[in-house]
Amino acid sequence: MTAFKTLSLAMFKGFIRDKVTLFFTFLFPLMFLVIFGLILRDVGADKTRIAVVGDGPIVSALRDSGALELESYNDENAAVQKVKDGDLPAALIIRGQQLDVRFAQSDQVKSATVVGIVNGFVDKANLAATGQPPRFTFAAEKVEDASLKPIQYLTPGILSWGVAVSAVFGSALTLVSWRRKQVLRRIRLAPVSATSVLSSRILVSAGVALVQGAIFVGIASLPVFGLKLAGSWWLSIPLLLLGTIAFFALGMLVGAFAKTEEAASAAANIVVLPMAFLSGTFFPVDQAPAWLQTVSKIFPLRHMNDGMLDVLVRGKGIDALVVPAAILVGFALVVGFLASRVFKWEE
Amino acid sequence: MTEERSAVVVRDVRKSYGELKAVDGVSFTVAEGEFFGILGPNGAGKTTTLEIIEGLREPDSGEVTLLGESPWPRNVKLLPRIGVQLQASSFFEKLTAKEQLQTFGSLYGVSAGTAADMLELVGLADKANEQENKLSGGQRQRLSIACALVHDPDIVFLDEPTAALDPQARRNLWDVLRAIQARGKTIVYTTHYLDEAEILCDRVAIMDNGRILALDPPAVLVRGLDAPTHVTLQKGAMSVVDASALDGVEEAHENEVSLTISTRRPAPVLSALAERGALDGLQVRTATLEDVFLNLTGREYRA
Repeated sequence: MTAFKTLSLAMFKGFIRDKVTLFFTFLFPLMFLVIFGLILRDVGADKTRIAVVGDGPIVSALRDSGALELESYNDENAAVQKVKDGDLPAALIIRGQQLDVRFAQSDQVKSATVVGIVNGFVDKANLAATGQPPRFTFAAEKVEDASLKPIQYLTPGILSWGVAVSAVFGSALTLVSWRRKQVLRRIRLAPVSATSVLSSRILVSAGVALVQGAIFVGIASLPVFGLKLAGSWWLSIPLLLLGTIAFFALGMLVGAFAKTEEAASAAANIVVLPMAFLSGTFFPVDQAPAWLQTVSKIFPLRHMNDGMLDVLVRGKGIDALVVPAAILVGFALVVGFLASRVFKWEE
Repeated sequence: MTEERSAVVVRDVRKSYGELKAVDGVSFTVAEGEFFGILGPNGAGKTTTLEIIEGLREPDSGEVTLLGESPWPRNVKLLPRIGVQLQASSFFEKLTAKEQLQTFGSLYGVSAGTAADMLELVGLADKANEQENKLSGGQRQRLSIACALVHDPDIVFLDEPTAALDPQARRNLWDVLRAIQARGKTIVYTTHYLDEAEILCDRVAIMDNGRILALDPPAVLVRGLDAPTHVTLQKGAMSVVDASALDGVEEAHENEVSLTISTRRPAPVLSALAERGALDGLQVRTATLEDVFLNLTGREYRA
């Protein structure tokens, strides 16, 4: 067997036999996925429910549109009581041609939504009743907006983070431990090129990243979590590989400075954790202040996240890969170059 | 002519780290098939000397020829012909003894079957499927020697292979080292055990403070010392006065348990003792490399 193949095999065996590494590569990110996935499952998913008393063409139109969820009551007092209790934001009472909306003052945003929607339907009905053609037309179409369901958002973020963590830790810890145990020196004394050693280690990290992708997406797709993959999901594969290389390079840089495995582990955490939070792994960055969003753009993980989100769930095509790919490649080149400058064969 | 058959030629090699002269003008040659020992206390410069010969470090000055070639800068042609065992046990994580050997072998393009032979050679055949971290210190040491031999090199460098081993494990390892020499390999090894070097090596170089103080076969070094032989008897076997009067005795003294006689001509002394039937508790201690070291440096040997 060639040195490249045996080395890859040796490192792969070393990886799967190390329970701690397995935990941090697979279970740890999965824990976040499961916990956040379950906590946030219902947030923002529901449509606004209102109480309705009576029926008529406008109520039918509202029900068909699906803009609001309607809860029917026979008694006006009971419906208004619901609003008073704070259970529902508004009650719609129909008395023939007369529509009354009683809304809760506390929840003005929801109330305004309800009032606006009902008003719209009433206006439309009035216009139709005049028989006049509308002077202004207006069409509404659903857009996949940035505020996705939590699992749609979490899966790409946690996958990018998981891949980044395992690539950074994998390369930094391997480098430090090999240097300390003089495996590097042993390799240097063998007629084998540094390239085949390095590329076999990257191959193992890349394989791990693909397995992470398959497991995380597989679990998020379970009915409990309900991830819906977009048709362009396969574009995430090149992104996973480029991300692995970029973060592998970062790990080599960390490993070049750290003297012990403990130091490498701490340094890798200091680099990866803030980056994960600021890159929108656990919550969307668009809700953060503008300056923070600007800051987050300097992190390669942010761009990997964006790319993952675009191809895994937003269904964007290959164009969506251009910016993240360019940034990851650029990052890998710059950081890899720095790492090769400060690389040390021995302590 | 002699240089052609030399495995290693070192000429006036020097290496300093700042103020410290780690290697301070060292010269020697090692013949093919020789078991060559470099001994001295920690910090004597043994390891640095070895690293310069292996091509891991560049000497500040001087010249090294290894199997007819220069080892520095990294000489890829030379690498398959040298085997190096490092001080730390350098292994890949979580691999079994056999997998370690296969992996190291693959770096040299050696077939996987060699691993089994090597395990046999170092007596680890029954540990083939044990992970490296589950082996004992002696077993790890033998495994790391097997890793240095897996590509069948012509010359093997061993850096303190017996350090930190218990006496039994050390003796096991000696058998391994002798078996390697029997295969026709040249062995260059460092140790701080003088007794061991005396038993194993064809020639030893005694190093201290970066210099070679003496270089010869151990027996020659000891003989050249002209140190007295110490004959020890049970106390009361003979009086101190009678002992001092024997032919050839230089000095005799007694403590609570024994009578010690110093002589440079042990033969007549021993026959005189035998004639008097005064051989109770007889022990004869000749000079060792430790005495050589003491004589060379003027201080006790401390490993």
